[in-house]
Amino acid sequence: MANVQNTTATGTAKTGTATNSSMAIIAPIAGWLLPGLGHFIQRRWIRGLLLMLAVFIMFFAGLGMQGKVYGFNTGDLLDILGFVGDIGSGLLYFIARAMDWGAGNIQRAVADYGTKYIVVAGLLNIIAAVDAHHIAIGKKQ
Amino acid sequence: MTFELSHFTAAIVFAACASTVFGITQRNHPRDMLRYGAYCFALFVGGVFVASWAMWLLKH
Repeated sequence: MANVQNTTATGTAKTGTATNSSMAIIAPIAGWLLPGLGHFIQRRWIRGLLLMLAVFIMFFAGLGMQGKVYGFNTGDLLDILGFVGDIGSGLLYFIARAMDWGAGNIQRAVADYGTKYIVVAGLLNIIAAVDAHHIAIGKKQ
Repeated sequence: MTFELSHFTAAIVFAACASTVFGITQRNHPRDMLRYGAYCFALFVGGVFVASWAMWLLKH
């Protein structure tokens, strides 16, 4: 009987570890694809919602200010870094590219702010995805 | 859809969003998150005022 209990306890522990390790991979990827989703799937509803709002507002405010969405490029270093920042927004980036949003407008001063908004939205989303990973591995509550 | 934000409003929206993410991700407990988010927001906005006055002084 004791052996059965031990086996069950070990099995539960193994299952828990497997769940944690898979969540440690799934949460940051989900959080990257859709801002806040990494927290939602770990039942951090309010945090996820706030993160989602922050990234969405920054991304769409950037588009509204006619900011530029960088495509993949191997040209100027700042353009490459812009692409790296932009792609941090996950699906938002791919949707913007598919819909041909974010052509940029060099005639408007705030369009440059918009470009920075979009890049920073991606970078903030990467920070949020890393946070989701930390929650999954138990480094954070 | 396009809209026009003033420089100051753009800086405030940026500060609010960045502070929200910093607060949530850099602290463990809700109370600390709120406090750190407010601290970051104050620094962002304070930085805007300091930079603005510095630029004004450089110009004059």
